Amino acid sequence: MSKLKFNILESTCVPLPLENTDTDQIIPARFLSAISREGFGENLFRDWRYDKAGNKNEEFVLNDPKFRGEILVAGKNFGCGSSREHAVWAIADYGFRAVVSSFFADIFRNNSLNNGLLPVVVPEEFLKRLLAMILEDPGTKVRIDLEKQDLTLLPTGESLKFEINPYKKECLLKGLDDIDYLLNIREMITAYEFRNTLRQ
Amino acid sequence: MGPATLFDKIWDIHVVRSIEGGPDVLYIDRHFIHEVTSPQAFDGLRARGITVFRPGKTTATADHNIPTREQELPIKDELSRKQVETLNHNCSEFGIEYFGLNHPKNGIVHVVGPELGYTLPGTTIVCGDSHTSTHGAFGTIAFGIGTSEVEMVLASQCVLQPKPKKMKITVNGSLQKGVTAKDIILYIISKISAGGATGFFVEYCGAAIEALSMEGRMTVCNMSIEMGARGGLIAPDFTTYEYLNRIPSVESRPDFKSLLLRWRSLKSDEGAVFDRELEFDASKIRPMITFGTNPGMGMAIDDTIPDAESQGEGKASFLKSLDYMGFKPGEKILGYPIDYVFLGSCTNGRIEDLRAFAQFVKGRKKAPGVTALIVPGSKRVEQQAIREGLDKILKDAGFELRQPGCSSCLAMNEDKIPAGKYAVSTSNRNFEGRQGPGSRTLLASPLTAAAAAITGKITNPADLLKN
Ligand code: SF4
Repeated sequence: MSKLKFNILESTCVPLPLENTDTDQIIPARFLSAISREGFGENLFRDWRYDKAGNKNEEFVLNDPKFRGEILVAGKNFGCGSSREHAVWAIADYGFRAVVSSFFADIFRNNSLNNGLLPVVVPEEFLKRLLAMILEDPGTKVRIDLEKQDLTLLPTGESLKFEINPYKKECLLKGLDDIDYLLNIREMITAYEFRNTLRQ
Repeated sequence: MGPATLFDKIWDIHVVRSIEGGPDVLYIDRHFIHEVTSPQAFDGLRARGITVFRPGKTTATADHNIPTREQELPIKDELSRKQVETLNHNCSEFGIEYFGLNHPKNGIVHVVGPELGYTLPGTTIVCGDSHTSTHGAFGTIAFGIGTSEVEMVLASQCVLQPKPKKMKITVNGSLQKGVTAKDIILYIISKISAGGATGFFVEYCGAAIEALSMEGRMTVCNMSIEMGARGGLIAPDFTTYEYLNRIPSVESRPDFKSLLLRWRSLKSDEGAVFDRELEFDASKIRPMITFGTNPGMGMAIDDTIPDAESQGEGKASFLKSLDYMGFKPGEKILGYPIDYVFLGSCTNGRIEDLRAFAQFVKGRKKAPGVTALIVPGSKRVEQQAIREGLDKILKDAGFELRQPGCSSCLAMNEDKIPAGKYAVSTSNRNFEGRQGPGSRTLLASPLTAAAAAITGKITNPADLLKN
């Protein structure tokens, strides 16, 4: 089964200059009772977007019409806490295709890659500049080229390389999926089990 | 081959294949699932038209979304009921062992695994839940995964994982009175921050760790994820063997003797290299409490909240967090009135935690105005507590022992802390809204929770401990 392919993305950005944004904020637990993958975008950052009475919090960036785009730019340690993949589903369902931060929590990064949402790690200092630029000019466009592994600030042309595991890169470029890979090596797994039956 | 860490030893023998320039294919010995993070994985299997590869290696329990009262009755909330029913259906369809509501083995997944003897030294364990790190207390590589990865394990008994870096955390010396395993881990996280161990797998060692019971070790490993670590583990020793020896299904295994022999070899070699090493002195640790909205924002209970200037880059997040909590920089919170107390969760919902709490409140009375939720981690813990008469001690002191589940730890059920209220909680996360929209969580040990429940305010338990 193929996932969404990722190659080149050119878009304006939504800034979230907060550190340690945990997955409980991205999608609160009370929305996890659903048994499908769809529709989580509606409740993305629910408790930051709406107050207790359900009124829009106009100050929150997702409610600010100035900021639009398919790239979320967030402070460090983004996606920490609960392993809920629902957080990634919510971000992707809302319409984001990449998240840029100086630092991602491990499980969140894996979950993103498994869903075709590209996590791009940039140096802290660059992140700060990027956030400042977007806040200053919401029209700031960024281009992310996965094949070349670079991120370019279109207004200045400044460009920066980012790391990604070569296997995962291949999967994203081709829209392949880990399960296809694992199903293809089931025989090898069985042989492994056979060799290790003594172990426990 | 040079000296190896315990982590490497276990990881390496579980690698089915290393992908060139990519992750390892890691074989999983035991897979746990629960109602919240599994339904979409089963749907994935159906969509591909495949079955579960090794159904005997997966065990399911309902824990996150269930009520902690009247479990005998159908679950009132329709979505929750549907989710639990879906797990039940999926397990029967795919032939997976399932501990549903009222099953004598039901409970929080990370409490159930160890107590049933499913968590064994030297094995790999995963679950679609970040606190899978708990099982590391037995010298296992145990870590949380996402739903796509749950589907991978169901489909192939393997996950694709990049190998993490290794960190060694040594806690020397011994703990003072009133200081517990929970305080050790809250202390470490406060020192290295909520992201301080991201990318690492931690091995805990040192005299203070060795002196802990299995329950205490599980509390420490449980919160490894709260400093970003992939997981944490502790080399098995006599305490581990003794714990496992008491579990009939383990002790009665014909290969128990050879297992014991193998477990003895499970330790890091002299001179093994870690990517990072940290040392702490246990005697310096005082009862801890958190004052902010991530587990790294903790301090000794009688300390003052740091000032904002000391936060550097993180100043804005820090102030936002304190604002949410209703605290000010530089403030002391000892003596601050609280509204709720939660004893439970996979961090502190085991029998030892209930004993510590019950012993503390014995002969005392719950403060009027405090609402307490005392929730055992599993059916077995509940039964054991009743056998030991802990429920009566609790009742005499004005507390009610509830039925097992995750409860107020993530408040998916009705055990929510109302907006603006303060809860001293033995769980593991103080994120905004974690215990209900607007709730304010102060993470602490069972003793500190007990002291708060009795006095109605933030209290140093060491001051109230009977000699
Ligand atoms: S008790 Fe809390 S942390 Fe533990 S599994 Fe349940 S929800 Fe997760």
